Amino acid sequence: MLSAEEVRRIAELARIELPEAGVAALQQQLNGIFGLIEQMSAVDTAGVEPMAHAVEFPQRLREDRVTEPDRRAEFQRVAPQVEDGLYLVPKVIE
Amino acid sequence: MFELTLSGLASLLRDRKASSEEITRLFLGRIARLDPALNAFITVDEEKALAAARAADARIARGGADALTGIPIAHKDLFCAKGWKTTCGSRMLADFVSPYDADVVERFDRAGAVLVGKTNMDEFAMGSSNESSFFGPVRNPWDRARVPGGSSGGSAAAVAARLVPAATGTDTGGSIRQPASLTGTSGIRPTYGAVSRYGMVAFASSLDQGGAFGKSAEDLALMLNVMAGFDARDSTSVERPPEDYARDLARPLAGLRVGLPKEYFTADLAPDVAAGVQAAIDELKRQGAGVVEVSLPNQHLAVPVYYVIAPAEASSNLSRFDGVRYGYRAPDYADLNDMYRKSRAQGFGDEVKRRILVGTYVLSHGYYDAYYLQAQKVRRLIARDFAEAFGACDVIAGPAAPTVAFPIGEKTSDPVQMYLEDLYTISVNLAGLPGLSVPCGFGAGGLPVGLQLIGNYFDEARMLNVAHQYQLATDWHRRTPPGYGS
Repeated sequence: MLSAEEVRRIAELARIELPEAGVAALQQQLNGIFGLIEQMSAVDTAGVEPMAHAVEFPQRLREDRVTEPDRRAEFQRVAPQVEDGLYLVPKVIE
Repeated sequence: MFELTLSGLASLLRDRKASSEEITRLFLGRIARLDPALNAFITVDEEKALAAARAADARIARGGADALTGIPIAHKDLFCAKGWKTTCGSRMLADFVSPYDADVVERFDRAGAVLVGKTNMDEFAMGSSNESSFFGPVRNPWDRARVPGGSSGGSAAAVAARLVPAATGTDTGGSIRQPASLTGTSGIRPTYGAVSRYGMVAFASSLDQGGAFGKSAEDLALMLNVMAGFDARDSTSVERPPEDYARDLARPLAGLRVGLPKEYFTADLAPDVAAGVQAAIDELKRQGAGVVEVSLPNQHLAVPVYYVIAPAEASSNLSRFDGVRYGYRAPDYADLNDMYRKSRAQGFGDEVKRRILVGTYVLSHGYYDAYYLQAQKVRRLIARDFAEAFGACDVIAGPAAPTVAFPIGEKTSDPVQMYLEDLYTISVNLAGLPGLSVPCGFGAGGLPVGLQLIGNYFDEARMLNVAHQYQLATDWHRRTPPGYGS
């Protein structure tokens, strides 16, 4: 069972602001979901190879050459705030 | 004309009985008249659609038409289309105009299909009812007080209401098959790796797969002929020679072995859905198919495993939404960290946040082995069950959803109840197999019931063959919701 403190901690890890008034309801919903998830915990999986992907195949290699054109201006048009080709964020170094 | 299948529309165009512009105007007119009550579309662009239709007409006049040239389609709003808003049903991307095309979008453009709009969906494809969209719920044309299923609910409702002849969707845990079942449409999710994920906004990368909705299995084959194929830009795209998904449609079913998983026919399945599915199986038998009971002993673990793997991958994929490079940025914040926290809190809806938090927890220090690794191991057991079952049968048949369409608001307060809606579809995604749903009757309240067919890897042509032969003998797929037939 997740405690209220754990709910606050994972919200911080996920960088999602969580108003204190919402913690209890969220805690209850998450514990409902973990109640569902728990059903798989007891399964004996000793010696079973984890399945990371739906279809197993080797990673392809491509030729080492430039294939992408410069589309910076186009891509930055959708950014919240840019200046001189740079993304603007709040000051991080005083 | 709006009742015609893709090949029906294609022959009108080929025989010059109608132009693409006329056909496109007809469907745009239906959207303008009928969609306000359904909310199946997030964006409709008449100007772009008509320009594409006129280009298609010129191409047809030159004699260079492909199977879908000039035919209107819609894309689920998570396929990036250059110059189109691509919202993913989220406030986070409400104003995002894509600077590039998804592989799927490029392929339909090259084929000369006419994109009329982008369809509504559960936010970031997370949901089974289309109620988590920032743009409001989609209503089921069979009963507008009910959900169309999700997450591709807009595409399903649009095809069911004959607002477009066909549409794309994606299926991470059932998001094509379950809404197809609930709206009386045909829908297919191909084998993982068959359709490129390039430009498809990522939810759970090891499970996400693009697919299609149409009015018949034959339509689905024609859609896959355009959509599927190798794409070097998707590292999990499977390199195989191109195939014609319609090649086996005409094959008789004599000798076909249909597997019925005993775990699919239990008390979890509503009696009206069970009756529809059973009648469909009887029809397959009548056509000479043999039926064999198979077992998927780990079936009950599919939903629990999925709700570890999908949220884990989602929490990682959705970390890109930081309010810096694209997407929503909160108007007020104290510092950089606060900007991330507020942008994500305001930009994401409740269900998306819940799944990000579940994913963050299961991947966090000290819990990885107990949750994510354990889930990947049980995933292997689920995939092995299918491999075993396919030793005894050619296709697996069963329900696509446990019930007919449920009322809007019925399951929104309890996430777990909503998750169980995908009971019969999720294991297919975990194994990476192809699955489809075709209409097989009506249940309580005159609401559609779907038959799910699951195939072995890359056996789409065989599944489509079975579905097509079934549709030659039945007319469930030709029924139009009351009020949408004129």
